[in-house]
Amino acid sequence: MSVKLPIFMDYHSTTPVDPRVLAEMLPYFTEKFGNAASRSHSFGWVAEEAVEYARERIAKFIGAQSEKEIVFTSGATESDNLALKGVAEFYKDKGNHIITCVTEHKAILDTCKRLEKEGFTVTYLPVDKQGLVSAEQVRQAITDKTILVSLMLANNEVGSVHPLEEIGKVTREKGVLLHSDAVQGVGKVEFDVQKMNVDLASITAHKMYGPKGVGALYVRRSKPRVRIVAQMDGGGHERGNRSGTLNVPSIVGFGKAAEIMMQEGREESQKLFGLRERLRTRIMDKLEEVYINGSMERRLPGNLNLSFTCVEGEAMMMAIKDVAVSSGSACTSASLEPSYVLRALGVGDELAHSSIRFGLGRFTTQDEVDYVADLVIAKVNHLRDMSPLWEMHKEGIDLKTVQWTAH
Amino acid sequence: MAYSDKVVEHAENPRNVGTLDKNDPNVGTGLVGAPACGDVMRLQIKVGEDGVIEDAKFKTFGCGSAIASSSLATEWLKGKSLEEASQIKNVQIVEELNLPPVKIHCSVLAEDAIKSAIEDYRKKRAAKPKA
Repeated sequence: MSVKLPIFMDYHSTTPVDPRVLAEMLPYFTEKFGNAASRSHSFGWVAEEAVEYARERIAKFIGAQSEKEIVFTSGATESDNLALKGVAEFYKDKGNHIITCVTEHKAILDTCKRLEKEGFTVTYLPVDKQGLVSAEQVRQAITDKTILVSLMLANNEVGSVHPLEEIGKVTREKGVLLHSDAVQGVGKVEFDVQKMNVDLASITAHKMYGPKGVGALYVRRSKPRVRIVAQMDGGGHERGNRSGTLNVPSIVGFGKAAEIMMQEGREESQKLFGLRERLRTRIMDKLEEVYINGSMERRLPGNLNLSFTCVEGEAMMMAIKDVAVSSGSACTSASLEPSYVLRALGVGDELAHSSIRFGLGRFTTQDEVDYVADLVIAKVNHLRDMSPLWEMHKEGIDLKTVQWTAH
Repeated sequence: MAYSDKVVEHAENPRNVGTLDKNDPNVGTGLVGAPACGDVMRLQIKVGEDGVIEDAKFKTFGCGSAIASSSLATEWLKGKSLEEASQIKNVQIVEELNLPPVKIHCSVLAEDAIKSAIEDYRKKRAAKPKA
Protein backbone atom coordinates (compact mmCIF):
# COMPACT_ATOMS: atom_id res chain seq x y z
CA MET A 1 0.00 0.00 0.00
CA SER A 2 1.50 3.28 -1.01
CA VAL A 3 0.05 6.67 -0.28
CA LYS A 4 1.45 10.10 -0.84
CA LEU A 5 1.63 12.29 2.25
CA PRO A 6 0.12 14.57 3.36
CA ILE A 7 -3.37 13.19 2.74
CA PHE A 8 -6.20 15.67 2.27
CA MET A 9 -9.34 14.52 4.09
CA ASP A 10 -10.93 17.90 4.66
CA TYR A 11 -13.08 18.24 1.54
CA HIS A 12 -15.73 20.23 3.42
CA SER A 13 -13.29 23.08 3.85
CA THR A 14 -12.40 23.28 0.19
CA THR A 15 -11.53 21.11 -2.78
CA PRO A 16 -8.73 21.14 -5.32
CA VAL A 17 -9.56 22.50 -8.75
CA ASP A 18 -10.27 19.61 -11.11
CA PRO A 19 -7.65 19.65 -13.91
CA ARG A 20 -10.48 19.68 -16.48
CA VAL A 21 -11.82 22.83 -14.83
CA LEU A 22 -8.44 24.52 -14.81
CA ALA A 23 -7.91 23.71 -18.49
CA GLU A 24 -11.09 25.56 -19.43
CA MET A 25 -10.20 28.53 -17.27
CA LEU A 26 -6.69 29.20 -18.49
CA PRO A 27 -7.39 30.98 -21.81
CA TYR A 28 -9.55 33.49 -19.93
CA PHE A 29 -6.58 34.78 -17.98
CA THR A 30 -4.48 35.56 -21.04
CA GLU A 31 -5.80 35.81 -24.59
CA LYS A 32 -9.52 35.94 -23.68
CA PHE A 33 -9.11 38.44 -20.87
CA GLY A 34 -11.90 40.83 -21.81
CA ASN A 35 -14.35 42.49 -19.46
CA ALA A 36 -17.73 40.79 -19.86
CA ALA A 37 -19.35 44.21 -19.52
CA SER A 38 -17.52 45.64 -22.56
CA ARG A 39 -20.26 45.71 -25.16
CA SER A 40 -18.31 47.47 -27.86
CA HIS A 41 -15.61 45.02 -28.93
CA SER A 42 -14.87 41.36 -29.45
CA PHE A 43 -12.80 40.98 -26.26
CA GLY A 44 -15.89 41.84 -24.26
CA TRP A 45 -18.18 39.69 -26.41
CA VAL A 46 -15.97 36.63 -25.99
CA ALA A 47 -15.92 37.08 -22.23
CA GLU A 48 -19.65 37.69 -22.07
CA GLU A 49 -20.37 34.60 -24.13
CA ALA A 50 -18.24 32.50 -21.78
CA VAL A 51 -20.04 33.89 -18.76
CA GLU A 52 -23.46 33.20 -20.28
CA TYR A 53 -22.44 29.64 -21.11
CA ALA A 54 -21.36 29.11 -17.50
CA ARG A 55 -24.64 30.61 -16.32
CA GLU A 56 -26.56 28.09 -18.41
CA ARG A 57 -24.54 25.17 -17.10
CA ILE A 58 -25.06 26.23 -13.49
CA ALA A 59 -28.78 26.86 -14.00
CA LYS A 60 -29.18 23.38 -15.45
CA PHE A 61 -27.12 21.90 -12.61
CA ILE A 62 -29.55 23.07 -9.92
CA GLY A 63 -32.73 22.69 -11.94
CA ALA A 64 -33.37 26.40 -12.50
CA GLN A 65 -35.93 27.36 -15.14
CA SER A 66 -33.77 30.06 -16.67
CA GLU A 67 -30.12 31.07 -16.68
CA LYS A 68 -31.33 34.56 -15.79
CA GLU A 69 -31.98 33.23 -12.29
CA ILE A 70 -28.24 32.91 -11.60
CA VAL A 71 -26.47 35.89 -10.01
CA PHE A 72 -22.70 35.54 -9.78
CA THR A 73 -21.03 36.57 -6.52
CA SER A 74 -17.65 36.25 -4.83
CA GLY A 75 -18.72 33.10 -2.98
CA ALA A 76 -21.35 31.64 -0.72
CA THR A 77 -20.84 34.10 2.12
CA GLU A 78 -21.75 36.92 -0.22
CA SER A 79 -24.62 34.88 -1.67
CA ASP A 80 -26.02 34.26 1.81
CA ASN A 81 -25.69 37.94 2.71
CA LEU A 82 -27.34 39.02 -0.52
CA ALA A 83 -30.19 36.54 -0.14
CA LEU A 84 -31.07 37.42 3.43
CA LYS A 85 -30.41 41.14 3.41
CA GLY A 86 -31.75 41.51 -0.12
CA VAL A 87 -35.03 39.75 0.68
CA ALA A 88 -35.38 41.42 4.08
CA GLU A 89 -34.97 44.86 2.58
CA PHE A 90 -37.36 44.26 -0.31
CA TYR A 91 -40.10 42.55 1.67
CA LYS A 92 -39.85 44.51 4.91
CA ASP A 93 -43.28 46.07 4.42
CA LYS A 94 -44.77 42.60 4.09
CA GLY A 95 -43.26 41.24 7.28
CA ASN A 96 -40.24 41.27 9.53
CA HIS A 97 -39.89 37.64 10.56
CA ILE A 98 -37.21 35.24 9.35
CA ILE A 99 -36.81 31.57 10.26
CA THR A 100 -33.52 29.71 10.22
CA CYS A 101 -31.86 27.07 12.40
CA VAL A 102 -29.10 26.96 14.99
CA THR A 103 -26.67 24.86 12.96
CA GLU A 104 -26.48 27.16 9.95
CA HIS A 105 -23.17 28.53 8.77
CA LYS A 106 -21.99 31.79 10.33
CA ALA A 107 -22.68 33.55 7.05
CA ILE A 108 -26.37 32.97 7.77
CA LEU A 109 -26.34 33.30 11.56
CA ASP A 110 -24.31 36.50 11.68
CA THR A 111 -26.34 38.02 8.86
CA CYS A 112 -29.48 37.21 10.86
CA LYS A 113 -27.98 38.85 13.94
CA ARG A 114 -27.37 42.01 11.95
CA LEU A 115 -30.94 41.94 10.65
CA GLU A 116 -32.18 41.59 14.22
CA LYS A 117 -30.36 44.80 15.09
CA GLU A 118 -32.21 46.42 12.23
CA GLY A 119 -35.58 45.44 13.63
CA PHE A 120 -36.20 42.01 12.13
CA THR A 121 -37.24 39.09 14.29
CA VAL A 122 -35.43 35.81 13.74
CA THR A 123 -36.49 32.37 14.92
CA TYR A 124 -33.57 29.97 15.28
CA LEU A 125 -35.11 26.51 15.11
CA PRO A 126 -33.44 23.84 17.26
CA VAL A 127 -32.28 20.64 15.59
CA ASP A 128 -32.75 17.07 16.75
CA LYS A 129 -29.90 14.73 17.73
CA GLN A 130 -29.31 14.02 14.06
CA GLY A 131 -28.92 17.70 13.26
CA LEU A 132 -32.23 17.97 11.44
CA VAL A 133 -35.15 20.38 11.33
CA SER A 134 -38.51 18.94 10.29
CA ALA A 135 -41.09 20.42 7.96
CA GLU A 136 -43.50 20.40 10.90
CA GLN A 137 -41.17 22.60 12.95
CA VAL A 138 -41.07 25.05 10.07
CA ARG A 139 -44.86 25.01 9.78
CA GLN A 140 -45.24 25.73 13.49
CA ALA A 141 -42.78 28.61 13.36
CA ILE A 142 -44.35 30.47 10.44
CA THR A 143 -46.43 33.50 11.44
CA ASP A 144 -48.25 36.08 9.36
CA LYS A 145 -45.11 38.21 9.64
CA THR A 146 -42.78 35.57 8.19
CA ILE A 147 -41.15 36.52 4.90
CA LEU A 148 -38.31 34.02 4.61
CA VAL A 149 -37.15 30.61 5.76
CA SER A 150 -33.43 29.88 5.35
CA LEU A 151 -32.26 26.31 5.88
CA MET A 152 -29.10 24.71 4.59
CA LEU A 153 -29.17 21.71 2.29
CA ALA A 154 -26.43 19.88 4.20
CA ASN A 155 -24.46 20.76 7.29
CA ASN A 156 -20.75 21.43 6.92
CA GLU A 157 -19.74 19.76 10.19
CA VAL A 158 -21.94 16.72 10.63
CA GLY A 159 -23.21 16.36 7.06
CA SER A 160 -26.91 16.17 8.02
CA VAL A 161 -29.16 16.63 4.99
CA HIS A 162 -32.34 18.60 5.59
CA PRO A 163 -35.65 17.33 4.15
CA LEU A 164 -35.91 20.34 1.84
CA GLU A 165 -38.56 18.86 -0.40
CA GLU A 166 -40.97 18.56 2.53
CA ILE A 167 -39.96 21.95 3.91
CA GLY A 168 -40.45 23.50 0.48
CA LYS A 169 -44.02 22.20 0.36
CA VAL A 170 -44.76 24.00 3.62
CA THR A 171 -43.16 27.30 2.63
CA ARG A 172 -44.92 27.25 -0.76
CA GLU A 173 -48.26 26.48 0.86
CA LYS A 174 -47.77 29.31 3.35
CA GLY A 175 -46.54 31.77 0.74
CA VAL A 176 -43.17 32.24 2.43
CA LEU A 177 -39.88 32.34 0.52
CA LEU A 178 -37.36 29.52 1.01
CA HIS A 179 -33.63 30.15 0.81
CA SER A 180 -31.11 27.35 1.07
CA ASP A 181 -27.37 27.50 1.59
CA ALA A 182 -26.69 24.53 -0.65
CA VAL A 183 -22.91 24.83 -0.62
CA GLN A 184 -22.06 21.50 1.00
CA GLY A 185 -24.74 19.34 -0.51
CA VAL A 186 -25.12 20.40 -4.12
CA GLY A 187 -23.87 17.74 -6.52
CA LYS A 188 -23.47 15.28 -3.66
CA VAL A 189 -27.08 14.75 -2.69
CA GLU A 190 -30.21 15.54 -4.65
CA PHE A 191 -30.85 19.24 -5.12
CA ASP A 192 -33.42 20.64 -7.51
CA VAL A 193 -34.85 24.10 -6.97
CA GLN A 194 -38.02 23.27 -8.91
CA LYS A 195 -38.73 19.98 -7.22
CA MET A 196 -37.94 21.38 -3.76
CA ASN A 197 -39.68 24.73 -4.21
CA VAL A 198 -36.49 26.55 -3.29
CA ASP A 199 -36.73 30.25 -4.13
CA LEU A 200 -33.15 31.31 -3.44
CA ALA A 201 -30.02 29.18 -3.18
CA SER A 202 -26.37 29.90 -2.40
CA ILE A 203 -23.66 27.83 -4.02
CA THR A 204 -19.91 28.19 -4.39
CA ALA A 205 -17.37 26.80 -6.85
CA HIS A 206 -14.55 25.82 -4.51
CA LYS A 207 -16.55 23.16 -2.70
CA MET A 208 -17.17 21.36 -6.00
CA TYR A 209 -13.71 21.27 -7.58
CA GLY A 210 -13.88 24.77 -9.01
CA PRO A 211 -11.82 27.82 -8.05
CA LYS A 212 -12.12 29.87 -4.86
CA GLY A 213 -13.61 33.34 -4.95
CA VAL A 214 -16.68 32.71 -7.09
CA GLY A 215 -20.17 31.70 -6.12
CA ALA A 216 -23.73 32.22 -7.19
CA LEU A 217 -27.12 33.09 -5.81
CA TYR A 218 -30.10 31.50 -7.49
CA VAL A 219 -33.06 33.88 -7.44
CA ARG A 220 -36.36 32.48 -8.73
CA ARG A 221 -37.93 34.55 -11.49
CA SER A 222 -41.36 32.95 -11.78
CA LYS A 223 -43.94 31.36 -9.53
CA PRO A 224 -43.18 33.33 -7.52
CA ARG A 225 -40.98 36.07 -8.90
CA VAL A 226 -38.52 36.78 -6.12
CA ARG A 227 -37.14 40.29 -5.71
CA ILE A 228 -34.02 41.30 -3.83
CA VAL A 229 -32.42 44.65 -3.11
CA ALA A 230 -28.80 44.75 -4.26
CA GLN A 231 -26.29 45.12 -1.46
CA MET A 232 -23.40 46.25 -3.65
CA ASP A 233 -23.77 49.50 -5.54
CA GLY A 234 -21.93 50.25 -8.73
CA GLY A 235 -22.12 49.47 -12.42
CA GLY A 236 -25.36 47.52 -12.25
CA HIS A 237 -23.93 44.18 -13.30
CA GLU A 238 -25.94 40.98 -12.95
CA ARG A 239 -29.23 42.69 -13.82
CA GLY A 240 -28.61 45.20 -11.10
CA ASN A 241 -28.41 42.52 -8.43
CA ARG A 242 -24.68 42.59 -7.88
CA SER A 243 -22.38 45.27 -9.18
CA GLY A 244 -18.74 44.48 -9.82
CA THR A 245 -16.69 43.31 -12.78
CA LEU A 246 -17.30 39.63 -13.35
CA ASN A 247 -14.53 37.21 -12.46
CA VAL A 248 -14.61 35.63 -15.91
CA PRO A 249 -11.97 32.87 -15.61
CA SER A 250 -13.43 31.66 -12.32
CA ILE A 251 -16.99 31.82 -13.63
CA VAL A 252 -15.88 29.70 -16.61
CA GLY A 253 -14.36 27.22 -14.17
CA PHE A 254 -17.49 27.26 -12.02
CA GLY A 255 -19.55 26.35 -15.09
CA LYS A 256 -17.28 23.48 -16.00
CA ALA A 257 -17.24 22.25 -12.40
CA ALA A 258 -21.06 22.27 -12.40
CA GLU A 259 -21.17 20.32 -15.63
CA ILE A 260 -18.78 17.67 -14.29
CA MET A 261 -20.78 17.38 -11.09
CA MET A 262 -23.96 16.97 -13.05
CA GLN A 263 -22.47 14.18 -15.13
CA GLU A 264 -20.46 12.40 -12.47
CA GLY A 265 -21.92 13.44 -9.11
CA ARG A 266 -24.19 10.48 -8.64
CA GLU A 267 -21.50 7.91 -9.32
CA GLU A 268 -19.00 9.86 -7.27
CA SER A 269 -21.37 9.94 -4.30
CA GLN A 270 -21.76 6.17 -4.44
CA LYS A 271 -18.00 5.76 -4.46
CA LEU A 272 -17.61 8.20 -1.56
CA PHE A 273 -20.31 6.47 0.43
CA GLY A 274 -18.43 3.19 0.04
CA LEU A 275 -15.14 4.73 1.10
CA ARG A 276 -16.74 6.57 4.01
CA GLU A 277 -18.31 3.37 5.28
CA ARG A 278 -15.02 1.56 4.89
CA LEU A 279 -13.31 4.21 7.01
CA ARG A 280 -16.07 4.18 9.60
CA THR A 281 -16.29 0.42 10.01
CA ARG A 282 -12.53 -0.06 10.09
CA ILE A 283 -12.17 2.49 12.87
CA MET A 284 -15.22 1.40 14.83
CA ASP A 285 -14.39 -2.30 14.61
CA LYS A 286 -11.02 -1.71 16.24
CA LEU A 287 -11.78 1.02 18.74
CA GLU A 288 -14.27 1.09 21.58
CA GLU A 289 -16.24 4.16 22.62
CA VAL A 290 -16.30 5.94 19.32
CA TYR A 291 -19.46 7.95 18.69
CA ILE A 292 -20.92 9.13 15.40
CA ASN A 293 -22.08 12.74 15.39
CA GLY A 294 -25.04 13.42 13.13
CA SER A 295 -27.38 11.23 11.16
CA MET A 296 -26.50 7.96 9.48
CA GLU A 297 -29.70 8.00 7.40
CA ARG A 298 -29.55 11.53 6.04
CA ARG A 299 -25.88 12.31 5.66
CA LEU A 300 -23.49 13.60 3.02
CA PRO A 301 -21.76 10.56 1.51
CA GLY A 302 -18.26 11.94 2.07
CA ASN A 303 -18.80 13.08 5.66
CA LEU A 304 -17.74 11.26 8.79
CA ASN A 305 -17.77 13.04 12.14
CA LEU A 306 -16.59 10.94 15.06
CA SER A 307 -15.93 11.57 18.74
CA PHE A 308 -13.23 9.49 20.37
CA THR A 309 -13.94 9.35 24.10
CA CYS A 310 -11.15 10.77 26.29
CA VAL A 311 -9.05 11.96 23.34
CA GLU A 312 -8.83 15.69 22.72
CA GLY A 313 -9.43 16.69 19.10
CA GLU A 314 -6.52 19.02 18.57
CA ALA A 315 -4.04 16.57 20.09
CA MET A 316 -5.52 13.99 17.73
CA MET A 317 -5.03 16.25 14.73
CA MET A 318 -1.46 16.83 15.78
CA ALA A 319 -0.88 13.11 16.19
CA ILE A 320 -2.14 12.45 12.67
CA LYS A 321 -0.50 15.54 11.25
CA ASP A 322 0.09 14.01 7.83
CA VAL A 323 -3.67 13.77 7.43
CA ALA A 324 -5.65 16.98 7.00
CA VAL A 325 -8.91 16.77 8.94
CA SER A 326 -10.79 19.17 11.16
CA SER A 327 -12.11 19.12 14.72
CA GLY A 328 -14.95 20.57 16.74
CA SER A 329 -12.54 21.02 19.61
CA ALA A 330 -12.34 24.43 21.18
CA CYS A 331 -8.62 24.53 20.70
CA THR A 332 -8.99 24.74 16.95
CA SER A 333 -10.80 28.03 17.16
CA ALA A 334 -9.77 31.35 18.63
CA SER A 335 -12.88 31.37 20.83
CA LEU A 336 -11.94 28.37 23.01
CA GLU A 337 -15.55 27.26 22.71
CA PRO A 338 -16.30 23.85 21.22
CA SER A 339 -18.38 23.58 18.05
CA TYR A 340 -21.80 25.24 18.30
CA VAL A 341 -23.08 22.71 15.78
CA LEU A 342 -22.19 19.71 17.94
CA ARG A 343 -23.63 21.46 20.98
CA ALA A 344 -26.88 22.03 19.11
CA LEU A 345 -27.07 18.29 18.42
CA GLY A 346 -26.85 17.70 22.15
CA VAL A 347 -23.29 16.40 22.04
CA GLY A 348 -21.73 17.13 25.43
CA ASP A 349 -18.78 19.51 25.66
CA GLU A 350 -16.42 16.68 26.45
CA LEU A 351 -17.32 14.71 23.33
CA ALA A 352 -17.40 17.89 21.25
CA HIS A 353 -13.78 18.46 22.26
CA SER A 354 -13.07 14.91 21.13
CA SER A 355 -14.56 15.19 17.65
CA ILE A 356 -12.83 14.77 14.33
CA ARG A 357 -14.43 15.54 10.98
CA PHE A 358 -13.24 13.48 8.04
CA GLY A 359 -14.22 14.83 4.63
CA LEU A 360 -13.77 12.52 1.68
CA GLY A 361 -13.86 13.72 -1.90
CA ARG A 362 -13.21 13.17 -5.57
CA PHE A 363 -9.53 12.31 -5.23
CA THR A 364 -9.72 10.18 -2.08
CA THR A 365 -8.44 6.64 -2.66
CA GLN A 366 -9.07 3.36 -0.88
CA ASP A 367 -5.39 3.18 0.05
CA GLU A 368 -5.69 6.57 1.71
CA VAL A 369 -8.77 5.45 3.63
CA ASP A 370 -6.97 2.33 4.87
CA TYR A 371 -3.89 4.31 5.83
CA VAL A 372 -5.96 6.87 7.73
CA ALA A 373 -8.02 4.21 9.51
CA ASP A 374 -4.88 2.40 10.73
CA LEU A 375 -3.25 5.66 11.79
CA VAL A 376 -6.34 6.83 13.67
CA ILE A 377 -6.62 3.52 15.52
CA ALA A 378 -2.96 3.63 16.57
CA LYS A 379 -3.04 7.27 17.64
CA VAL A 380 -6.31 7.05 19.56
CA ASN A 381 -4.86 4.14 21.51
CA HIS A 382 -1.66 6.10 22.11
CA LEU A 383 -3.50 9.21 23.29
CA ARG A 384 -5.83 7.19 25.49
CA ASP A 385 -2.77 5.64 27.13
CA MET A 386 -1.75 9.12 28.18
CA SER A 387 -5.25 10.36 29.03
CA PRO A 388 -6.06 10.58 32.75
CA LEU A 389 -9.74 10.50 31.81
CA TRP A 390 -9.39 7.19 30.00
CA GLU A 391 -7.59 5.70 33.00
CA MET A 392 -10.30 6.90 35.38
CA HIS A 393 -13.00 5.75 32.99
CA LYS A 394 -11.41 2.29 32.82
CA GLU A 395 -11.23 2.17 36.62
CA GLY A 396 -14.99 2.61 36.61
CA ILE A 397 -15.03 6.20 37.84
CA ASP A 398 -18.02 8.13 36.53
CA LEU A 399 -16.39 11.28 35.17
CA LYS A 400 -19.61 13.20 35.66
CA THR A 401 -19.37 12.79 39.44
CA VAL A 402 -15.83 14.18 39.69
CA GLN A 403 -15.46 17.72 41.02
CA TRP A 404 -13.58 19.41 38.19
CA THR A 405 -11.86 22.73 38.45
CA ALA A 406 -13.29 24.68 35.53
CA HIS A 407 -10.83 27.20 34.19
CA MET B 1 -2.12 27.08 14.21
CA ALA B 2 1.56 26.42 13.76
CA TYR B 3 3.26 24.83 16.75
CA SER B 4 6.76 25.58 17.95
CA ASP B 5 9.32 22.83 17.38
CA LYS B 6 9.53 22.26 21.12
CA VAL B 7 5.80 21.72 21.48
CA VAL B 8 5.84 19.27 18.60
CA GLU B 9 8.84 17.47 20.05
CA HIS B 10 7.25 17.06 23.49
CA ALA B 11 3.87 16.10 22.06
CA GLU B 12 5.42 13.45 19.84
CA ASN B 13 7.82 12.16 22.48
CA PRO B 14 6.20 12.98 25.78
CA ARG B 15 8.45 12.42 28.82
CA ASN B 16 7.30 10.63 31.94
CA VAL B 17 3.85 9.52 30.88
CA GLY B 18 2.43 7.20 33.46
CA THR B 19 0.89 6.62 36.82
CA LEU B 20 2.32 6.52 40.34
CA ASP B 21 0.48 4.80 43.17
CA LYS B 22 -1.74 7.54 44.53
CA ASN B 23 -2.07 5.71 47.84
CA ASP B 24 1.69 5.77 48.43
CA PRO B 25 2.31 8.28 51.26
CA ASN B 26 5.32 9.60 49.36
CA VAL B 27 3.27 10.39 46.26
CA GLY B 28 1.41 13.64 45.70
CA THR B 29 -1.25 13.84 42.98
CA GLY B 30 -2.61 16.94 41.29
CA LEU B 31 -5.64 16.68 39.02
CA VAL B 32 -6.62 19.97 37.40
CA GLY B 33 -8.80 21.17 34.55
CA ALA B 34 -12.14 19.89 33.34
CA PRO B 35 -13.22 17.64 30.48
CA ALA B 36 -15.82 20.16 29.39
CA CYS B 37 -13.08 22.76 28.95
CA GLY B 38 -11.04 20.42 26.81
CA ASP B 39 -8.10 19.85 29.10
CA VAL B 40 -7.39 17.81 32.19
CA MET B 41 -3.90 17.26 33.61
CA ARG B 42 -2.89 14.77 36.21
CA LEU B 43 0.59 15.32 37.58
CA GLN B 44 2.17 13.12 40.23
CA ILE B 45 5.37 13.49 42.22
CA LYS B 46 7.20 10.97 44.36
CA VAL B 47 9.20 12.62 47.11
CA GLY B 48 12.20 11.04 48.82
CA GLU B 49 12.92 11.17 52.53
CA ASP B 50 15.32 14.06 51.83
CA GLY B 51 12.41 16.12 50.44
CA VAL B 52 13.68 15.91 46.89
CA ILE B 53 11.37 14.88 44.04
CA GLU B 54 12.59 11.49 42.88
CA ASP B 55 10.07 10.85 40.19
CA ALA B 56 7.31 12.67 38.33
CA LYS B 57 4.66 11.32 36.00
CA PHE B 58 1.77 12.83 34.08
CA LYS B 59 -1.24 12.01 32.01
CA THR B 60 -3.01 14.73 30.07
CA PHE B 61 -6.24 15.00 28.11
CA GLY B 62 -5.76 18.12 26.05
CA CYS B 63 -4.22 19.72 23.02
CA GLY B 64 -0.57 19.39 21.99
CA SER B 65 0.41 22.44 24.01
CA ALA B 66 -1.22 21.03 27.13
CA ILE B 67 0.60 17.74 26.66
CA ALA B 68 3.89 19.55 26.07
CA SER B 69 3.42 21.80 29.12
CA SER B 70 2.85 18.87 31.44
CA SER B 71 5.62 16.82 29.86
CA LEU B 72 8.05 19.70 30.39
CA ALA B 73 6.83 20.19 33.96
CA THR B 74 7.67 16.59 34.87
CA GLU B 75 11.16 17.02 33.42
CA TRP B 76 11.74 20.13 35.48
CA LEU B 77 10.37 18.63 38.68
CA LYS B 78 12.72 15.70 38.96
CA GLY B 79 15.62 16.40 41.31
CA LYS B 80 14.06 19.59 42.70
CA SER B 81 13.17 20.14 46.32
CA LEU B 82 9.52 20.88 47.05
CA GLU B 83 10.47 24.47 47.74
CA GLU B 84 12.21 24.80 44.38
CA ALA B 85 9.35 23.01 42.63
CA SER B 86 6.80 25.42 44.01
CA GLN B 87 8.75 28.28 42.43
CA ILE B 88 8.07 27.05 38.88
CA LYS B 89 5.96 29.66 37.12
CA ASN B 90 3.79 29.35 34.06
CA VAL B 91 5.73 32.10 32.27
CA GLN B 92 8.83 29.90 32.33
CA ILE B 93 6.85 27.20 30.52
CA VAL B 94 5.51 29.76 28.04
CA GLU B 95 9.05 30.91 27.29
CA GLU B 96 10.54 27.46 27.02
CA LEU B 97 7.82 26.18 24.67
CA ASN B 98 7.16 29.44 22.81
CA LEU B 99 3.45 29.15 23.53
CA PRO B 100 1.24 31.62 21.68
CA PRO B 101 -1.19 33.79 23.72
CA VAL B 102 -4.15 31.48 22.99
CA LYS B 103 -2.24 28.60 24.63
CA ILE B 104 -1.09 30.36 27.78
CA HIS B 105 -3.87 28.69 29.73
CA CYS B 106 -2.07 25.37 29.13
CA SER B 107 0.95 26.64 31.04
CA VAL B 108 -1.28 28.00 33.81
CA LEU B 109 -2.85 24.59 34.11
CA ALA B 110 0.60 22.97 34.39
CA GLU B 111 1.57 25.38 37.18
CA ASP B 112 -1.71 24.61 38.94
CA ALA B 113 -1.03 20.89 38.56
CA ILE B 114 2.42 21.26 40.18
CA LYS B 115 1.00 23.26 43.09
CA SER B 116 -1.85 20.82 43.51
CA ALA B 117 0.48 17.80 43.57
CA ILE B 118 2.74 19.44 46.18
CA GLU B 119 -0.25 20.38 48.29
CA ASP B 120 -1.60 16.84 48.11
CA TYR B 121 1.75 15.45 49.19
CA ARG B 122 2.01 17.91 52.11
CA LYS B 123 -1.52 17.15 53.25
CA LYS B 124 -0.76 13.45 53.25
CA ARG B 125 2.40 13.95 55.30
CA ALA B 126 0.60 16.20 57.76
CA ALA B 127 -2.21 13.70 58.18
CA LYS B 128 0.15 10.84 58.83
CA PRO B 129 2.18 11.36 61.98
CA LYS B 130 5.73 10.12 61.72
CA ALA B 131 6.28 6.76 63.26
